[in-house]
Amino acid sequence: MTAKRLAEGGRIDRGRTLRFTWDGGALAGLAGDTLASALLANGVRIVGRSFKYHRPRGLYGAWVEEPNAIVDVQHGEVQEPDARATTVELREGLAARGVNARPDVAHDRYGALDLLHPFLPAGFYYKAFFPDWHRYEPRIRAMAGLGRVATAPDSRRFQALTAHCDVLVVGGGPAGLAAARAAGESGLSVILADDRSAPGGSLLWQNATINGENGDRWADAVSASLGRGNVRIFARSTVFGAYDHGAWGMVERRSDAPAGWAGERLWTIRARRTVLATGAIERPLVFPDNDRPGVMSADAVMQYLRLYGVRAGEQAVVATNNDSAYAVALALRAAGAAVMVADLRPDLPPAAEAAITAGIRVLPGAVPLRAIGRDGVRLVDLGPQDATSPREAVMRVPADLLAVSGGWSPSLHLLSQARGSLRWDDGRAAFLPDRCPPDLHVIAAESIAAALVEGHAAGTDAAAALGARVTIAAPHCEPDPPATPIRAHWRVPIRRARQWVDLQNDVTSKDIVLAARENYSSVEHLKRYTTLGMATDQGKTSNVNGLAILAETTGRAIPEVGTTTFRPPYTPVPFGALAGLRHGRLFSPWRRLPAHRDHAALGAEFREYGGWMRPACYPRAGETAAQAIRREAAATRAGVGLFDASSLGKIVVGGPDAAAFLNIVYYNEVANLKPGRIRYALLLRETGIIYDDGVVTRLAPDRYLLSPSSSHTQGVLAMLEAWRQTECPAMRVAFHDVTAAWCTFAIAGPRARDVLARLTDIDLSDTALPHMAIAQGGIAGIPGRIARVSFSGERSYEVSLPAGYGPALLQRLLTEGTPHGITPYGVETSSLLRAEKGYILIGVDTDGMTLPGDIGMSGPLRAKPVDFVGKRSLLMPDALREDRRQFVGLLPDDPAAPPAVGAHAVEHTADGQRRSIGWITTSVHSPALGRGIALGMIERGRARAAAGETVELYHLGHLSRARLCSPVFFDPAGERLHG
Amino acid sequence: MLLIPCPWCGPRAEPEFSYGGEPVIRPGPAESVTDADWADYLYMRSNEKGAHRENWCHTNGCGQWFTLTRDTVTHAILSAEKP
Amino acid sequence: MRYSATSLLRQGLAGHRAWPAAWRSPPLQPRYDAVIVGGGGHGLAAAYYLAKRHKVGRIAVLERGWLGGGNTGRNTTIVRSNYFFPQSVALYDFALRQYEQLSEELNYNIMLSQRGVFYIGHSDHDMEMMARAVNAMQINGIDTELLSAEQVRAELPLANFGPDARYPIHGAFVQRRGGIARHDAVAWGYARAADGLGVDIIQNCEVTGFIIRSGKVIGLETTRGPVSAGAVGLSPSGHCGVLAAKAGFRLPITSYALQAMVSEPIKPVLHAVASSWATGMYISQSDKGELVFGAGLDLYPSYAQRGNLPTTQTIVAGMLEIFPAFRRLKLLRQWAGIVDVPWDYSPILGPSPVGNLYLNCGWGTGGFKATPAGGYFLAHAIATGAHHPISAPFDLGRFATGALIDEAAGAGITH
Repeated sequence: MTAKRLAEGGRIDRGRTLRFTWDGGALAGLAGDTLASALLANGVRIVGRSFKYHRPRGLYGAWVEEPNAIVDVQHGEVQEPDARATTVELREGLAARGVNARPDVAHDRYGALDLLHPFLPAGFYYKAFFPDWHRYEPRIRAMAGLGRVATAPDSRRFQALTAHCDVLVVGGGPAGLAAARAAGESGLSVILADDRSAPGGSLLWQNATINGENGDRWADAVSASLGRGNVRIFARSTVFGAYDHGAWGMVERRSDAPAGWAGERLWTIRARRTVLATGAIERPLVFPDNDRPGVMSADAVMQYLRLYGVRAGEQAVVATNNDSAYAVALALRAAGAAVMVADLRPDLPPAAEAAITAGIRVLPGAVPLRAIGRDGVRLVDLGPQDATSPREAVMRVPADLLAVSGGWSPSLHLLSQARGSLRWDDGRAAFLPDRCPPDLHVIAAESIAAALVEGHAAGTDAAAALGARVTIAAPHCEPDPPATPIRAHWRVPIRRARQWVDLQNDVTSKDIVLAARENYSSVEHLKRYTTLGMATDQGKTSNVNGLAILAETTGRAIPEVGTTTFRPPYTPVPFGALAGLRHGRLFSPWRRLPAHRDHAALGAEFREYGGWMRPACYPRAGETAAQAIRREAAATRAGVGLFDASSLGKIVVGGPDAAAFLNIVYYNEVANLKPGRIRYALLLRETGIIYDDGVVTRLAPDRYLLSPSSSHTQGVLAMLEAWRQTECPAMRVAFHDVTAAWCTFAIAGPRARDVLARLTDIDLSDTALPHMAIAQGGIAGIPGRIARVSFSGERSYEVSLPAGYGPALLQRLLTEGTPHGITPYGVETSSLLRAEKGYILIGVDTDGMTLPGDIGMSGPLRAKPVDFVGKRSLLMPDALREDRRQFVGLLPDDPAAPPAVGAHAVEHTADGQRRSIGWITTSVHSPALGRGIALGMIERGRARAAAGETVELYHLGHLSRARLCSPVFFDPAGERLHG
Repeated sequence: MLLIPCPWCGPRAEPEFSYGGEPVIRPGPAESVTDADWADYLYMRSNEKGAHRENWCHTNGCGQWFTLTRDTVTHAILSAEKP
Repeated sequence: MRYSATSLLRQGLAGHRAWPAAWRSPPLQPRYDAVIVGGGGHGLAAAYYLAKRHKVGRIAVLERGWLGGGNTGRNTTIVRSNYFFPQSVALYDFALRQYEQLSEELNYNIMLSQRGVFYIGHSDHDMEMMARAVNAMQINGIDTELLSAEQVRAELPLANFGPDARYPIHGAFVQRRGGIARHDAVAWGYARAADGLGVDIIQNCEVTGFIIRSGKVIGLETTRGPVSAGAVGLSPSGHCGVLAAKAGFRLPITSYALQAMVSEPIKPVLHAVASSWATGMYISQSDKGELVFGAGLDLYPSYAQRGNLPTTQTIVAGMLEIFPAFRRLKLLRQWAGIVDVPWDYSPILGPSPVGNLYLNCGWGTGGFKATPAGGYFLAHAIATGAHHPISAPFDLGRFATGALIDEAAGAGITH
């Protein structure tokens, strides 16, 4: 290989050598190199294998358009599969490997697959491999895929951030710099985003003199002057997506990320105006065997030369259909290479004169008819553009580098994403901006001089649209001599040869012809059938050539074929950056009880319940959770238990119309509730489905306290607000969620009153504070509330104080309770106690089909005249069906084996099939009854239970039986509430 | 990402809001509404392609409900009304 | 020409020059016995079954854009029939059984890959609800198993079993017959087979109105001129509301953007379809090596076939929470389909309020898996004027009685 690092030139630090490895071999590069430039400088010629045929591939491009050099890289603990070598900045200790090859890309044993190519045309897999696809698929899968993802965890963290600006300039080349310079001068806030390590774009490698100095110097000076004050420059930052109302997605790759932080940050930028100055990408020339290593984009050759001081070959053929490649030929010549130009235009353009003067041979009317050399170009056949046979070659020249330019495609991906449109321009043989959304300015200039003028104008216009003025003049650049028009070239009409259009996905012009023949002739069908443009380079070099060949094949003009819609992202975006900090516990933070640590100290086993971390139970040493739950339940029924109910919702409803409003929203009558009294009530959706339940407390005539379920508090609050604002706007009522302001402990059991007696000045006598009543007063000297409500069936007091007293109140209750044997119990124990009483748990015993009548609560529908939420739905035919599932109790035939939750009750249909008639929703071993009990929703359950029917239960293939009964298993008369 | 002009707070980013469906008129009283009319109110929607009237709530802001007219193809917001 | 390994080999030697068009591009005729509006998988399947099973003579499929270009070409290609209610099981398993022999029937490899669909549960409550679902499915004859956390780990080793997982994995249920299929191939296979039976597939032909006489549809206005039709089937996915409005009725449906996305291709690491109840995400790895995934809907109605960035971020975060190793990978493509979401998440099939006009809509986020069923039952309704017993419960009339088929409720979600 004859690429080499030159003694001078390039924006690299020749004093800093960086060691890295490539496929296990040790190599060295320089600071400022990309992995690709370092590989090229080291003479590495094969950097990848093609996806389908495993053809050896070299570097084609120098930046995001690169289709071939896909590599896995590892640096420290950070691994990245499928990186593009051209955009990986070289770092000390980087380890890079080629992908999709065994043992490595230089010696890939799958290379023999190329011999089978006649049988692997586009879409071959649709035509064979069935009906036994399952036999072939594993082998095909194993062959597919590129890199390997490492599975060891790493400690990286990512960030997602937001920024706002008046003007966003995307792209820091000549147009972008001129735009940012103009808009910045007006005083507006400007963000300039450029995806390379520093702004400058093509000024850094193409020839230009601006305001009298070299283009790269001018770019550096403008960047330095802009990067402060009102203009913010983001380098290494790719704007990848256009979103609604001026929002843009950008990924920033930081070279200075702190330890543990990933290099990437995701930005959402909201801009009032946006200038798209995203440059252009050079198209390949399509000709037989144009995929050989050593066939490179002419512009990329220039970049390697000027940015990294690497000359890609010493014997170069530059093949072009436009003027831009002449500068490349001259630069190669100046760097000491032997150069020849093949210009497919029949008449030599004026641009050729300088080349000829420099001693470069220029062959007009010639294109490459073939690149020869399996592992890298050795010879190039040149001949006429319309050759139909390789024998028409007029010349065979030795070459180790074939630099090609097929014209330029402006990068209009973001314009297309932003719902702008493109139009085909025959003169430039390219898609150009057509319709542009009003808050966008797009530049698709043909030269640096034009880019500077158009960029300045765009920046000025953007500022003017926002009422700001630009006074500086546009940067001046001597315009190039008038260009000779490009002559489009899409492929050589040699039929038998393979000419690559999409290098990574191995799509050739033949594949496109086949797709057209089979009438996959919509451009979207072409893309999907052949996979053209679907590779990780997203078709940056292949789309236009593919479209043009389709147009030519189907006898249409390019505008008739149209173009595919561009989708985000412009270049691949790391998933980690998209997620940002939304990871692990921060994904959805738990809520904790005010006395969380005290529960932990009591040995609580915490589980998550609807976003809250709550004690499930408090196992003692050597005790299982199940044993602890039974012990806690028994202790509560026998003496007294303590339960932290702080997560239960607390919504204060106040105002003169509070009663009337709640009577509309709630299913149960709550307007006649007396102050100081409490009532259990259901909240329905307008569909009649039970949404939530809980107790409603009337604190005063114009003041209520609601207790929604822990996980429904926000939803209930939202529902109240929605009904107040949209259906009852005249009502004077307001809501306040005070859940986090209070801690609440339930003291339950026959000795509950004894525990509280010495703690409060509230009269705890049953006449002063009966069941379902509330009183306010001092608790341990602090003003608080005590409510008589019970979810356990026991005499029970819910004691509430401001949340900050949670830990102290818990300790005090335990201290006062110790003589009475007070036992803390958790959510699971609470659920057991309520199951014994047949109290429903919303979302466990009910689901999105349950109506109030299904749980035996049909009174309000008949008795309450108000047009409450959900009322009309309860009168729909399906709601009135006799055979609805109803809430019942079940006693398993085997008292020691409570049925599984989720088991179905089944009956047998006439044709011998099983049919589900309902299911188990709760199942426990009841310490109070000394046997298994269950709750469930069963068709016609109440009638069946009244008749004492037994049902068959099905669970994962096992059958058992249970007798239906009332859901209230324990203390059906409710005497213990008062005991 | 939408920029929604809350009639009380001014333009705010989409994550501050929740979508609340098409405006519907609740028929009543329950006893005099037919099954079909009730089903129409509960379920049937115009699902407009183009200018679409829709309720929003500035949930993580002022908490107020309001009505937007938004183009469901371009997402352009055509108007925002206080109730 | 029949597709087979032999024909592929023979054509390989002959330069692939004899492959015929997979379908014609015929002109629109003035009159058809049946017209299907919507050239996605469902519409093409309906045309195929009308021709194949019901021997209807002149059939056209009218497609606004390019065939298979709507949700057929925009979904995450998952097929399964793991539903809760017997009515749903009958419908979706009918589709899955058709899929199981579809490559052969259509002579087109749809690449059905029955690699198993896993639903991961993250709490005791999740596992109880999964038991309820698995029992329902087993009773209705669906192959599902309930798996322990250890069993999940053996099959999905990259799932998040770490100590600081926000959503610890308690187990899963799996339908082994579920998996993925190549979405484009389903549309193309049906199109080719229907075309072979004489169906006219008219692309770039938008329906602009219905010609209705005495409450019955007798024809259509299109961008290519009027066409008269003996019967019309609507299979327009996200645009069903637009067409219903043209025909003078409303549907209990809202159209949303549903995002899907793929990573860059990597060597195989995920051998099944995995879904999480906590984050709502579903993911599989395509035969090409790309991770294909999605989760919830964008938050508001949309006819723009693109998703919004906050939702993309939420979906990606939800995926990484279950598969943290994938945070090293990159998002390669992201797009959205316009899905027609009915109130109860079950489709609306059969007769419409207009005579001779039949519905196949409301498939919401899960239409791909039902493609053969949607087509089959739409064809049945058009040919016979009545429901097939399997489609009867999905009649539009269920909303007026309240007899909804709410699969979200079946999964235990209260709403």
